[in-house]
Amino acid sequence: MKPSFRHRPLDWGRANLFSSPANSLLTVLALALLWQLAPPLVGWGVLRASWGAGDPETCRQAGGACWTLLTEKHRLMLFGVYPYEQHWRPLLAMALFVALLATSANRRFWRPWLAALWLLTVLGIGILMWGGVLGLVPVETAQWGGLPLTLVIAVLAIAMAFPFSILLALGRRSDLPAIKALSVGYIELVRGVPLVSVLFMASVMFPLFLPEGVTIDKALRALVGMTLFTAAYLAEAVRGGLQAIPRGQFEAADVLGLSYWQAMRLIILPQALRLVIPPIVNQFITCFKDTSLVTIVGLYDLLAATKAALNDPGWRPFFVEGYLAAALVYFCFCFFMSRYSQWLERELNRDRR
Amino acid sequence: MKIAQTLVTAIVGSVLALPVMAGATFDAVKAKGFVQCGVNLGLYGFSSPDDKGNWTGLDVDVCRAVAAALFGDANKVKYTPLSAQQRLPALQAGEVDLLARNTTWTLTRDTANGLDFTTPGYFDGQGFMVSRKLGVTSAKDLNGATICVLPGTTTEQNLADYFRANKMSFKLVVIEKNEELNSAFFSGRCDALSSDASQLAGVRAGQASNPDEWVILPDLISKEPLSPAVRQGDPQWTDLVRWSQYAMVYAEEKGVTSKTVSTALKSPDPDLQRLLGVTAGNGKALGVDEKWAFNIIMQVGNYGESFERNLGKDSRLKLERGLNALYTNGGLMYAMPPR
Repeated sequence: MKPSFRHRPLDWGRANLFSSPANSLLTVLALALLWQLAPPLVGWGVLRASWGAGDPETCRQAGGACWTLLTEKHRLMLFGVYPYEQHWRPLLAMALFVALLATSANRRFWRPWLAALWLLTVLGIGILMWGGVLGLVPVETAQWGGLPLTLVIAVLAIAMAFPFSILLALGRRSDLPAIKALSVGYIELVRGVPLVSVLFMASVMFPLFLPEGVTIDKALRALVGMTLFTAAYLAEAVRGGLQAIPRGQFEAADVLGLSYWQAMRLIILPQALRLVIPPIVNQFITCFKDTSLVTIVGLYDLLAATKAALNDPGWRPFFVEGYLAAALVYFCFCFFMSRYSQWLERELNRDRR
Repeated sequence: MKIAQTLVTAIVGSVLALPVMAGATFDAVKAKGFVQCGVNLGLYGFSSPDDKGNWTGLDVDVCRAVAAALFGDANKVKYTPLSAQQRLPALQAGEVDLLARNTTWTLTRDTANGLDFTTPGYFDGQGFMVSRKLGVTSAKDLNGATICVLPGTTTEQNLADYFRANKMSFKLVVIEKNEELNSAFFSGRCDALSSDASQLAGVRAGQASNPDEWVILPDLISKEPLSPAVRQGDPQWTDLVRWSQYAMVYAEEKGVTSKTVSTALKSPDPDLQRLLGVTAGNGKALGVDEKWAFNIIMQVGNYGESFERNLGKDSRLKLERGLNALYTNGGLMYAMPPR
């Protein structure tokens, strides 16, 4: 029984903050800590902070947080080395991306045309970023950077890794020895090495095996590396779901005369996938944050672009502000993903409550 | 069949950047119309993107100079930012035509790694920074000192070698992150900070609350001649890069800057006439336009201009010329005669 004191703050406080001596002590300690930390933080971040345009000297004199850094450097941090005059293109591409994700998040739009919409939007984003048609100046992937690059790599890697991981998970549980061995071998091999070394192989070793002078686009290499890596981990999450489905469901599907693929598509996977939403989203979030490792291949993702902005000796003392801003962006995306997964879980598992 | 072939070529062509054959780098670069230049991911003063994402720096200027010599346009460069581990394989595999990424010229790299170094563009060396209050004037006074360094075999190795050779002892504090290392030093965790002298100046300019309280000791304990490098096997390409660098130094020796180069065309000095292509010959020998050096100086500037803009008094680093002054001013910068 949950007492509901919502409308009476005093009762709420008694129930939640001072319900036992131990809890009371913890509450007091937490308040004391807040009392100690809050004033200097506010002083640094707000009262003594410098805002708006300026140079490092103004920040140094103000003595507080240097948000001026963001005013001066936000375009380098957000867009990396993408040509300055063309920044509206990645900006528009990001807006399209966010709109696409928002649309896909809504259950009402889960119709076949959504796949077509994805294809169209990704194509549109590609045209915007690459250019070369419709009078847009061509921009190579080597010049892509900042948040758009992070989003492109993360979203495409996730979108491609997910179907691949389902195949891998099914393969691992397959009765066909060759397919099973291949799936197990792949998953164990990829899980056995860190992402850094996968990317490193892709960027340093791989070109040495190619014929002299032939190079493969760096962003593509990073994207493929991320996809292969994420798929192996996702496959294990999906396999967990498959194993949780009772035998009876498989037998029932057989009795109905469904083929293997029909049974998987109509009966097993819908149940299995909704069971493993938390670990899947977990992997999505990891993948999103792992994009910061593509700097190894020489690409400027959001974090690398932030570092590039902080490379200027004048601004170097204010690295905390730069990293805070980058962290906030990462947090926004990851927090959205985790909240969305919670909602999705409630929405899809209504019958189980 | 023909259509299928065209289609395959188009698809492959969009993914693969073809081809830079060994021994024909010069022709390949000329044919594709730009120089693919390997640079540092971000090292202020040598190569880093500015606020607008444009590449700037002393190394970047070498790339621009080569493009100006070959194409008459310093902007015909594409940059490939490379990490320290990536840089040599990238050059060997032909991903870049030219590596201008603060790379020390060593025997191993010049031979076993299959590279050719052109000529040093910056003479660096490992040095020490200490607090002025410490009263230390030479690295020899650092016996027993605690020294902060970034991890990395050469920095630590140089330190160990130097202190052993001078029969001194020291304590090492190794910190992985640059910012942490520097704040550890400035907060007094170590007596001295050791790194390449050019780096120390940047740290002092950027992170010290009062730069005047810190001194960089005059002793350098290692040789770090930073030089652009190319793949072995195409002497014409090596020559072009090397002479593009010499042209910048020679222009400084002759006092020609980007502002005065137009009037210098009328100079009666035969050396200048040869350099600037008034007297033909050099361009033909290099396989480029006779105006090659003129274009470099006009669009990139002479070595001194490049130095001051990126590292010296017009930059945030405020580095002294030191070893990188002209040989006439006590430095090591000496251009071979372009004749």
